[in-house]
Amino acid sequence: MAGERSFFGPVDPAADAGYDEDHPKRKGFFTDTSICIGCKACEVACKEWNDVPATHFDMLGSSYDNSFSLNANQWRHVAFIEQAKPMGEQESGLRRQAVALGMPTMGPPGSVPPEPGEDDAVDRPDFRWLMSSDVCKHCTHAACLDVCPTGSLFRTEFGTVVVQDDICNGCGYCVPACPYGVIERRKGPEGAKNVGIAQKCTLCYDRLGAGSTPACAQACPTQSIQFGDVEELRERANARVEQLHEAGIMDARLYGNDPEDGVGGTGAFFLLLDEPEVYGFPPDPVVTTKDLPHMYKRAGAAALTLLAGAALAFVGGRR
Amino acid sequence: MAEAHPVGFQWVMEAKARGARVIHVDPRFTRTSALADTFVPLRVGTDIAFLGGVINYVLQNELDFREYVVAYTNAAVIVSEDFQDTDDLDGLFSGFDPETRTYDPTSWQYEGSETSEDGGGDQDHVLQRETASGLQHETHGAGVTSDPPRDETLQHPRCVYQILKRHFARYTPELVSQTCGVSTEAFLEVARAFAENSGRERTTALVYSVGWTQHSVGVQYIRTGAILQLLLGNMGRPGGGIMALRGHASIQGSTDIPTLFNLLPGYLPMPTAGKDDSLDEWLDGISHPGSKGYWANARAYGVSLLKAYWGDAATPENDFCFDYLPKITGDHGTYRTVLDMIDGKVKGYFLLGQNPAVGSAHGKAQRLGMANLDFMVVRDLFEIESASFWKSSPEVETGEIVPEECRTEVFLMPAASHVEKEGTFTQTHRMLQWREKAVEPPGDCRSELWFFYHLGRMIRERLAGSTEDRDRPLLDLAWDYPMVGETDDPDAEAVLMEINGFDVATRRPLSSFTEMKEDGSTIGGCWIYTGVFKDGVNQAARRKPGSEQSYVAPEWGWAWPANRRTLYNRASADPEGRPWSERKAYVWWDAERGEAGEWTGHDVPDFEVTKAPSYRAPEGSDGVAAIEGVDPFIMQGDGKGSLYVPKGLIDGPLPTHYEPVESPFPNPIYAQQANPTRKEYARSSNRLNPSPPEAHAEVFPYVFTTSRLTEHHTAGGMSRYVARLAELQPEMFVEVSPELAAERGLENGGWCHVVTARAAVEGRVLVTDRLSPLRVEGRTVHQVWLPYHWGTGGMVTGDSANDLFGIALDPNVLIQESKVGTCDVLPGRRPTGPDLLAFVAGYQRRSGVHDDHVRPIVTAGPGAGMLHSGDETPDPTGGS
Repeated sequence: MAGERSFFGPVDPAADAGYDEDHPKRKGFFTDTSICIGCKACEVACKEWNDVPATHFDMLGSSYDNSFSLNANQWRHVAFIEQAKPMGEQESGLRRQAVALGMPTMGPPGSVPPEPGEDDAVDRPDFRWLMSSDVCKHCTHAACLDVCPTGSLFRTEFGTVVVQDDICNGCGYCVPACPYGVIERRKGPEGAKNVGIAQKCTLCYDRLGAGSTPACAQACPTQSIQFGDVEELRERANARVEQLHEAGIMDARLYGNDPEDGVGGTGAFFLLLDEPEVYGFPPDPVVTTKDLPHMYKRAGAAALTLLAGAALAFVGGRR
Repeated sequence: MAEAHPVGFQWVMEAKARGARVIHVDPRFTRTSALADTFVPLRVGTDIAFLGGVINYVLQNELDFREYVVAYTNAAVIVSEDFQDTDDLDGLFSGFDPETRTYDPTSWQYEGSETSEDGGGDQDHVLQRETASGLQHETHGAGVTSDPPRDETLQHPRCVYQILKRHFARYTPELVSQTCGVSTEAFLEVARAFAENSGRERTTALVYSVGWTQHSVGVQYIRTGAILQLLLGNMGRPGGGIMALRGHASIQGSTDIPTLFNLLPGYLPMPTAGKDDSLDEWLDGISHPGSKGYWANARAYGVSLLKAYWGDAATPENDFCFDYLPKITGDHGTYRTVLDMIDGKVKGYFLLGQNPAVGSAHGKAQRLGMANLDFMVVRDLFEIESASFWKSSPEVETGEIVPEECRTEVFLMPAASHVEKEGTFTQTHRMLQWREKAVEPPGDCRSELWFFYHLGRMIRERLAGSTEDRDRPLLDLAWDYPMVGETDDPDAEAVLMEINGFDVATRRPLSSFTEMKEDGSTIGGCWIYTGVFKDGVNQAARRKPGSEQSYVAPEWGWAWPANRRTLYNRASADPEGRPWSERKAYVWWDAERGEAGEWTGHDVPDFEVTKAPSYRAPEGSDGVAAIEGVDPFIMQGDGKGSLYVPKGLIDGPLPTHYEPVESPFPNPIYAQQANPTRKEYARSSNRLNPSPPEAHAEVFPYVFTTSRLTEHHTAGGMSRYVARLAELQPEMFVEVSPELAAERGLENGGWCHVVTARAAVEGRVLVTDRLSPLRVEGRTVHQVWLPYHWGTGGMVTGDSANDLFGIALDPNVLIQESKVGTCDVLPGRRPTGPDLLAFVAGYQRRSGVHDDHVRPIVTAGPGAGMLHSGDETPDPTGGS
């Protein structure tokens, strides 16, 4: 039976869901975006293993991102962000080019356009290219699971959250419940399996059960996607942030690693090089069912008050 | 590297995690640059200027690894006093004949050997250019004398070291900046990094992808890298070397056991009619009697190959069926063949896993050629553009190919993919790795091995009983392999065994090419692969984890030759045989081992194991005996690394900066604009954009280059037809800088088209800061980038970037210049149908490359401005 803690704060989700003490350690991903090379091997491996259909054949014109976002047909999504910012000590080579176009739009406001032929003209802003592979967060407190009326969404012994497509009735309650916009009902394409059913990353539950690594982590060539025990991954992530800070990349920060955050920490968490919004993450996600106990209490209190009032009314009526 | 070789890039990332600094030099900021510490953008086609600048930096500051350079390279050798460098002749070397646009290399020779048998006199560069055979020097050991005069103080004004120093003195940081569009600080940072990370304690690896070779000076690009690596002592040592990252699986394998017209397996040259008319002539031309090195045993390799081809029919009496070998008569390169197809000289064409309609330069010429054959066989996974050109291609749209009238009969044969057949891949490290068959191929799909074996079997059955002499080569073939599986596949291991070689009488597998015999008692299909089936074990199938063996990992796969992981590794020890440093110890001389000392170390020594460092060759010796204890480069005629190449290169003994064939800029160094010896098939179907000193270069003001995206594989045959890959990059696009977008009115996500004298190609616009205008020779130049993956077939279609290129070739190996050209860029979609032809013709007229226009190739010296009209393919065995 889930207690009040089940909706908020740091817990072991599998134990909280009622698994025995000898359940396996919580499994998750640490995605280190500082070494992602944007190869999209994770997207392809995920789709191949999980038989997720290809759907989107239009170019977005948004750097090299053509898969747009996580959705029912995209369980891994690689974001590409081109930014006018320096990457730590990286010399992008694009800024200090000896380019003198003499165009008034080139310099910062108020600057004097360089003379043509001047070799040390520095006209362009800094540049860096961020890549990041997003995935279902497998929250410690998963609202999608909380609101699922059929029990299709369930907490696995690995502490992950999985949809059972043969039980899901496609009601869609889970869709607005997710604070990250991850889960969605599959809308197509025609002929694909599970159309109408809620779909998302399973952290390759079938592979985990067989002692294998999830397909995306297995395919990642640079170990940007690291799979393992969440506890150990968190330590690894902390060490990596320190390492990057020492290397002068002060933007490095973790996202989702804090058990005290709005979803009790996530099973899949990230090392980012900028604010979460830049990558399309909500800055301060809160499990949408957080206030349920509170709401139940209030509703209960209100009901009691109402009953009491009604009773009082009868009491009063006898006078 | 992250773009085209993401799996290999994991090691760069691992090195970076261990503190390595990653420098990326590229025309555009790619996924590799995103992870590099330093990105240096440069103008496409100026790499010799850039690396020449690094060489100059090393030489001017005396940062070369002097002990290595003196002992192991030809730096001390004195060159003929007749030699004149490009500085003396405005971009030409001595010996240039403007009529044929080739060199007489006599004056390039070492002092004293100008007139000897080994001199330049026997070098016919016209023939060598036609047959891509100049570099036989490179693969078969330089035909240079073993003992040229030397000055080990490197002070003699005509010693190679001083010639090198003078030659590269022009490549100052300022010149590099002016030519390449690189800031002097960025250039010096790279030069310093190169020098600081080389020497006794450290080594630097030079890694390039094969786009580096696709230039009219492609061979000299690699030469520049080789000179730098030799000067810094980075050859034959751990962590050093020059590595070519190949564009497909087993491209290394396809030159070892070649798909090239001028080579036979193991780099034995294809015999040339009129020159190699007997077995002796052919083999003497390889072994160079009198020279040093392992090619002296060429007779054993050649005879074993002929025995592998013709088995019992090959006997000493009939020269082991040498006369059955086809002989080449001239240029049979892929581009010559395509033009011959257009001219109706070719009847049939086999394409295996190749899509030239999209992947080769001048797509229109490719498709028009294929549309003018009797028959064509395409073996591929899907119906690629090279099989569907006759019904859907840009030429069908323009009316140049009419499906109802196209005479070519196309046979599309479904092929098994790499997981549906067994065999080996040979990667850039020369390592063979065995692949298992994971699943049976579906339906009628079959392996190449199946296809060629059964094709040969059926032809032989047709010819059985023939008494015609011409049929003997086929009927006498040893064509018998055990069959395996349900589909009668020849046993791939049996083929590997034949390649490895065995003793004819006992069928005992050979363990080394040194066991090959000249008398026909051994068989071997590729001498450098001998040992891959040592002890009857498929060594390529070994998969011992790296954690269970030394870091050299000798038990993972098998590397030729003799499972050696680093070639010329004798150079990892000093002349006395001691490691240059403890940190870089790799192979060394152990005087205590064996009877009188042996070479030992982490790798298989690339040296006779018992030949002591102190060994000096007796007077008059040749072959292996002539290799001295201090000659690590055992395949070279003098045992030394060639900083300067007296013989074998068609375009000069040293690399020099020439502009790309199409360039908006005049050559900043010399009057000679571009490579004067290049192949350029001048004809109306191969118009090249004008470049200085010609007029109208401004019609094509921008520089463009092409390359691959991670998401697609080369010409798209394995990615555009697969939904989960096709959706990753679903449309053809063109990358431009914000500055060029402003100049030409291009909008991100909108359409634009890129125009050359061959074609106009459209794509969606991607405006990005990753491309930056560069400042070159005092003015701004914009560079445009296009991926070359798309065509009319597949799930995602688009124009083919390679249609933009014309055909201009490197003279040494006949590779096309398909990484740089000039273009115009316009907003919106291109014209379609016949209007497209008129549109391109308009550009030809405006730029003056129409009618019977011929451009001058020689722009310096007495022959400057001389016109070479026509197809310029003189019959090499005839007139010249």
